[in-house]
Parts: sequence; C-alpha cells; structure tokens
Amino acid sequence: MSAPPFGPHGAEHVTAPTAPSIDPRGGRFEPRIETRRRKGRVFQALCLGAVIFGIASLVVLLVDVAADGLDVLSIDFLTRYASRIPSRAGIRAPILGSLWVMALVAAVSFPLGVGAALYLEEYAPKSWFTRMLQTNIANLAGVPSIVYGILGLAVFVRFFALGRSVLAGALTLALLILPVIIISAQEAIRAVPNSLREASYGLGATRWQTIRHQVLPVAMPGILTGTILALSRAIGETAPLIMIGALTFIAFDPATPLDSFTVLPIQIYNWVTLPQEEFRHLAAGGIVVLLTALLLMNASAIVLRNRYRKKL
Amino acid sequence: MTQNLRARRRLVIQERVVSTLLLGCGVISILTTIGIVVVLLTQSLGFFAEVSPVEFLTGTRWSPGLIPQSFGVLPLVNGTLLIAAGASVVAIPIGLATAIYLSEYASTRVRRTVKPILEILAGIPTVVYGYLGITLVTPVLRTVFPQTQIFNAASAAIVVGIMILPMISSLSEDALSAVPRSLREAGHALGATRFEVSTRVVVPAALSGISASFILAISRAIGETMAVTIAAGMQPKMSLNLLESIETMTAYIVQVSLGDTPYGSLEYRTIFAVGLLLFLITLAMNLLRQRITRRFREVYE
Repeated sequence: MSAPPFGPHGAEHVTAPTAPSIDPRGGRFEPRIETRRRKGRVFQALCLGAVIFGIASLVVLLVDVAADGLDVLSIDFLTRYASRIPSRAGIRAPILGSLWVMALVAAVSFPLGVGAALYLEEYAPKSWFTRMLQTNIANLAGVPSIVYGILGLAVFVRFFALGRSVLAGALTLALLILPVIIISAQEAIRAVPNSLREASYGLGATRWQTIRHQVLPVAMPGILTGTILALSRAIGETAPLIMIGALTFIAFDPATPLDSFTVLPIQIYNWVTLPQEEFRHLAAGGIVVLLTALLLMNASAIVLRNRYRKKL
Repeated sequence: MTQNLRARRRLVIQERVVSTLLLGCGVISILTTIGIVVVLLTQSLGFFAEVSPVEFLTGTRWSPGLIPQSFGVLPLVNGTLLIAAGASVVAIPIGLATAIYLSEYASTRVRRTVKPILEILAGIPTVVYGYLGITLVTPVLRTVFPQTQIFNAASAAIVVGIMILPMISSLSEDALSAVPRSLREAGHALGATRFEVSTRVVVPAALSGISASFILAISRAIGETMAVTIAAGMQPKMSLNLLESIETMTAYIVQVSLGDTPYGSLEYRTIFAVGLLLFLITLAMNLLRQRITRRFREVYE
C-alpha cells in the first residue's frame, strides 16, 4: 500500500473554483426576506391573539358573574341565613364562617410559616436534612388540595375528634397554605441585604437579636404580602372543606372554634348544584361577594409590595 | 462582672430556645408529609386487603355503590386524563404564544401590565370556574353541538384550561426572558427574522423551563376538583367523548364525602385508595419538574 503523493486528499481532487453554495441542498441561497417577514407578522398576530384571549376570558368571566349576581346583592342578602326559598336566602352564616376560618388560619399558619422560613434562611446548616426540608416544602406546595382534605378528615376530624368544626377546617387549610407562606417568606428574608446583618453582628448582637431587630422589620412587608396572597387562596378553597364536612345547613352564627360552620365557596357550590334558575343567581351573588373580598386582599398586597419596593 | 456573665448566659439560652422553636416550625412541614403518607397508606391497606391492587389498577368498571361492586379505577383515571388533556390543548398553545409575545414582542410596560392581569385568572376560586363552565360554556357548546350533555368533559376542560393558562404563560415567560440576549443578537446577526430567532433560538434554549411550566400546569389540572365536580358530572366511564358526562378521581372523592357512606366501610375506603393514586401521580410530576428546573438553572447561572 503506497500513500498518495499529496496527502490524504490527493491532488486529483483540486478542481476549478465554483460559486460558493450556502444552501445545503446545493441550490443558491435565496434570502426570500419578504416571505419570511410575512410569516413573522402572521406569527406575531397569532401571539397577540393569545394574549387577547387570556384577557378576554377574564373580562367575560367577570362580566358574566356581575350580570347574573349584582341584582341579588342587598343588605338582606348579606345578613340572612340560607333558605330553601330563594328570595329569602342570604349568606350571613357563610360570611361569618369564612371570617372565622380566615382568622384561625392566619393565626396558625403565619407564625409557623415565618418561623420555618427564618429557620431555613438564618439558622439551617447546609446539610442533607435542610435539603430534605426544602424539597419537602416544594413538594407539599404541589399536593392537590383534596388530599389535604383527606388528611384533615382523618387527622383533625377523626383522630383528634374535633368533629366537623371551624377549628378542624382552619387547621386543614393552615397546613394547605403553609408551604406557600414559607416559600414567599423565604424570598422576602433572602432579599434583606447581608450588610444589615453584618453591621448588627459587628455591634455585638446575637443571631436572634439581629433577626428580631434588623431582618424581620425589613422583611415584614414582603412576608405580609406573601401571607395575604396565601390567605386569599385559602378563602376560595372549597374541596378540602367539603371533605371536612362543612357542607351543611347552618342557620346560626358560629360562636366558638368548635361549632360547625359553612364558608362562602361551599354555599356557592351548594347553590350551583341546585337546578332552579333562582339559585344560580344567588350563587352569582355569592361569587360577587367572594371576588370582591379577594380583590381587596390582592389590592392590599400590591400596596404593601409597592411600599416595600420604594424602601429598598 | 458576674452580672455581665449572667446576662450573656441568658442570651445563649435564648438563642438555643429560639433556634429549636424555629426548627420545630420547619418540622411541621415534614409531619404534614408523614401524616399524608401514613393516612393514605394505612387506610388504603384496609381497602387493598379486600380488593387486589391488580383489580384496582387494571379494572375498567368503577361501581363501588352498586351490586355487584366493581373497583376498577381506570374509568376515573380516564376521566382525569381526559380533562387534563383537554385543558392542555387549550392552555399550552395559548399560554406559550402569550409567553412568546410578552417576552419577544411586547414592551416592558405592556409586559408589566398584562402579566399580573393574567395571573388574576389563576387566583380565582375554582368553584367560580365550575359556575362559569355550567352557566356559560355548556350552553354555548350545546348550541354548537346539540348532542352535548348537561354535564360534559369539554366545558370542564375549557375552564380548567383557562385556569392553568397563566401558570404556563408566566413561567414560560420567565424562562424565555432568562435566555441571554447574546443568543438573540447572534441570531439577528446571521440574518434571521424576529420570528425565526423566537422560534428557533429562544424557545429551544428555554425548552426546559417551558416544559417545567407545562408539567406544573398539567399536575394542577389533574388535582383540580371543584370545576370538574360541578361541570363534568359524576359518571365514571371509559369514554374519550368530550361531550359526555364523565367522572375524575377528584370528583369521585368529593362525591363520596358528600354522600351518606358510613366512615370505615369498604366503599368509604375507596377514597383513600383513589387519593393515594392521585397523590403518587402528582408527586411524580412534581419530582420530574424539579429535576428539569434544576438542569435549567445549571445552564444559565
């Protein structure tokens, strides 16, 4: 075997130069710029259409609910108990129930959530345990709410024998929103500049003194924003409370955490499932009240967030 | 001097008490997970002692309330997947197109306004979506397809799709915005149009973040309860017809807890077995999403 005289490619491959071809199929490169731009414009229009679809869905939803529900709204509607006669029905018990649940959920989940976030951000060593804790919280945030309902039914209603009470429902919802509060509080705490902590340590403060007097005051608006958003999720939750057994006819004001209760979304569900048209209107009225409450909560969260942004 | 020492000792003790208390708050989340697993497993064991897991997972008839009883969960899984698939058909193309528009075409001001407006959709209680499905979507469907049943999978799938839309658009937009500007500039320098840069450079580069958003949205659709309970009906069946009434796993759990089935009976225990299956499916999707997101972070940080 003898090697070719001019290296691996051989001199015989050298041919006359031709026009360079960029197109891999061998033809000449055609920019076709007009066609491609046209394609681009069609694509942009389609994407804009998608944005408009989303916004239009929201508008349709709100207009539909308002059109069906605004005419049932009245002081009587807000202050009467539920009734089998549509014209006499109101949402007094569900409103009080929702307020009870909200207050208890906030009282339980806020300290626990902020505590866990402080531990993870300020105390936790870098260890397998911390990583496991963090992964666990992320996974809990993805567990369907109905599974929390099953947990609440077995643990709070049955095992701790709290019955179908406000307390059992509130504890269930507190566990449900705990991961959300922890994650948002962690973000708020992480956003506190390290220089503040170092200055505090430099003056001889302990870790807890630093957290209590430097970190928490700065992080608090962010923590509150996250908590309000989490609570606004809890106020709309229906499925876990149905599991707890909150779908009952209540014609009294809950007076203690161990009373049975109903909440606004459950009353709405109850009315939606009834065939008569009048109850659909009552459901829409309830939805208007529920969405108004949500709107107020979200607005206060936004106000808090804006104030926080200016400060930093 | 001793006073100073005493004060210091008090601070050391305070420090220890506080760190233990805060650790305790974190441990609550672990106890929650343990609680969920223990409740679902122990209660399901009682169920699986009487019904074989093979029958449960492969049977195609679900009728715990009828004689003869039958415990094949596939009709419920079928219902759940049908809703999830229908919702994805609505939410994935529209959500991704929205994300591309906001990230590649819209001005910063438009993006800052539109994103929170769309996110309102994800914050609306699911019972409202159920109401919307039954009072607005179903009547429209019935005018177009007169054979549509009062309760139907299509209306539930559409409203759930609208509900998960902002998850896809917001998270995909985050992923698209995180693609370095240099990649886009390189594309433009080679003579590519904006459309070509968007679809052949930016979207492929953000693919892991985009697919993570899809997985999150689909697992939300699988766990969604009230909208499907209200709009899709309560008839477990192995049907792919979107215009018929079906039943999802979540709707079944609600149905049992609303009925008068005695606690502790075999029929009641079905909800724990179905709940366990639901928990495992969503857990698997969560873990998959976390793995994809982690890889995504490694590329761009």
